[in-house]
Amino acid sequence: MELLDFARGPALQFALAVFVLGFLWRIVSLFLMPRTKDRSAARPGTRPALFAATREIIRRTAPDKAFGKHSLFALVNGYVFHVGLFIVIIGFAPHIVFFRDLLGVAWPSLPNNVIYAAGVITIASMMVALVRRFLNPVQRLISTLDDYFSWLVTFLPVLTGLLANSHLWVRYETLLAIHILSVELFLIWLPFGKLMHLALVFVTRSQIGTHLAHRGAQI
Amino acid sequence: MTREINVQAAANRFLAQISGNLGAYMEACLHCGHCADACHFYAVTDDPRYTPAYKLFPMARTYKRSKPPLSWFGGAPKVTEKDLQEWEELLFDSCTMCGRCTMVCPMGIDIASIVAASRQAFVAAGLGPPDLLQAAENARDKGSPLGVSADVLADRVEWLADDNEVDIPLDKEKADVLLTVSSIELMKYPDSLVAMAKLLNHAGIDWTLSSKGYEATNFGFLSGRSDIAKIMIQRIVDAAESVGAKTVVIPECGHAYGVLRWAGANILGKPLPFEVVHITEFLADLKRRGKLKLKPMGDAVTYHDPCQISRRGGATQAARDLLDGFATDFREMTPTGNHNWCCGGGGGVQAMSRAAGLRHKVFKLKMDQVEQTGADTMLSACANCRLTMDESKEHWHWDKDLGSLVEVLAEHIDESNAAA
Repeated sequence: MELLDFARGPALQFALAVFVLGFLWRIVSLFLMPRTKDRSAARPGTRPALFAATREIIRRTAPDKAFGKHSLFALVNGYVFHVGLFIVIIGFAPHIVFFRDLLGVAWPSLPNNVIYAAGVITIASMMVALVRRFLNPVQRLISTLDDYFSWLVTFLPVLTGLLANSHLWVRYETLLAIHILSVELFLIWLPFGKLMHLALVFVTRSQIGTHLAHRGAQI
Repeated sequence: MTREINVQAAANRFLAQISGNLGAYMEACLHCGHCADACHFYAVTDDPRYTPAYKLFPMARTYKRSKPPLSWFGGAPKVTEKDLQEWEELLFDSCTMCGRCTMVCPMGIDIASIVAASRQAFVAAGLGPPDLLQAAENARDKGSPLGVSADVLADRVEWLADDNEVDIPLDKEKADVLLTVSSIELMKYPDSLVAMAKLLNHAGIDWTLSSKGYEATNFGFLSGRSDIAKIMIQRIVDAAESVGAKTVVIPECGHAYGVLRWAGANILGKPLPFEVVHITEFLADLKRRGKLKLKPMGDAVTYHDPCQISRRGGATQAARDLLDGFATDFREMTPTGNHNWCCGGGGGVQAMSRAAGLRHKVFKLKMDQVEQTGADTMLSACANCRLTMDESKEHWHWDKDLGSLVEVLAEHIDESNAAA
């Protein structure tokens, strides 16, 4: 079996299975834990929990006033690579074909040069994020293996994808296989580390939103 | 002094408190470090150890080691006695549980709640600042952290009532409102009780103090002694029930408000049989209803928001409503309201003598804030903030005045037009 066939066949099936089961397991195990009920009397006029949760999910997308000047650069950089990743994953024509085959839905693609530019910017932005993690005393102190490994498994698909798209390094089929395998590594790791923030962000923002709204403390 | 440290007891105590809510927060940290900038202890020291996310590390590791699927991958390194010793300072001395870090957290992690749970774990392990723990035990054994027993309370009430010619009802059989006091006020700022009495009498409120439950502060909560926290809350519940009070008023104390108003029912495991309001909320309501007549005050004043009343309490507006139309030269500081900087002494840090140096450093933020407003006086509505700031003011020989909002209001009661 060619490497590409392996990557597109059994490896993909395995990775998707681990991703789906791991993702469900992580979420279900969290929601199976008993959740504390707030018995304190809500401040009169409190909005419904659903409103507070939705508001907080949206509100926290923009930086708070208490944001320190030190973090501003990191904050902007964070937006850059998240948006860059999103454009590359969702906008690239071959990716859309992959999603169509997998999920049965498709959408218009972005021009190749836009994807290319977004990929290069994402690579640069992620490099900056890594350098900051090494150099900034706060981030260096609080970084764990999960932080570095999650960075790596996110970085590799972007790098290999960019190389494959540029027809650089080794032959295209091999690069494509490596790219797909790197995506599979990303999928396999996602449910087990910090990449799970993809889903947890909605849980924790909802929690703090409803918690503070109950008190009438809208921060 | 060497202390026996029981790492397993810490783990057990922490894991026993884990709920789905706390679990989600424990799993969500991205280690972005933005919380450092929002923390006053980091802001004044640039010491990365004071990063709020870092303070959670031992208990985050304990949690991750315990929970699949993360535990399948070895979870995280085992927490050691040395870790707990090192983190004691970070969870007690250098966290006021002010919640400012949560404001900048992209995930919205309630760090202060995890610190509160971690403190319980540390105390179970045999750690915790001795003076803070002593304050909690004093509260349990004597009625108050500063040793204000029911007898001392009666003596002081009698003295204050006589000296100030004000009626301070103690142990009335029935009353609509039960007033509580903070022992910091009774011992260091007794005028505060006089001021509350004058204002409540002026508005014609049917109120009383009760020797069954008078201490508003809850050092059980702050020191991680949940058993004492519960005792202190139960005393107030018993007092309110015995006088038939529908409303319990918390004096100028932030954490007292936070604990009884928002944690009280959860600690007892059932709803409180009365409404809990902070004195600023109670007075603001009286003012709205025209029952509080005040003569305007022209002094240049600014207002320090106690974290547990504003940011985490939801009563930010009450002080503004009181100042509106009364303080004719009121100047907001920057940042203010829910974004205001902490005094540095909340969360029991005021009671830790070894944290004094750190608190004084934090006060520099406040001095800068006040000086930028050009105000001569900084008012607050928390005796704990006031004591913290008074000590730091003395340390720095700072020339601005600090005052209590309630006392200033009481000094400006307009008796010529008293409520019927």
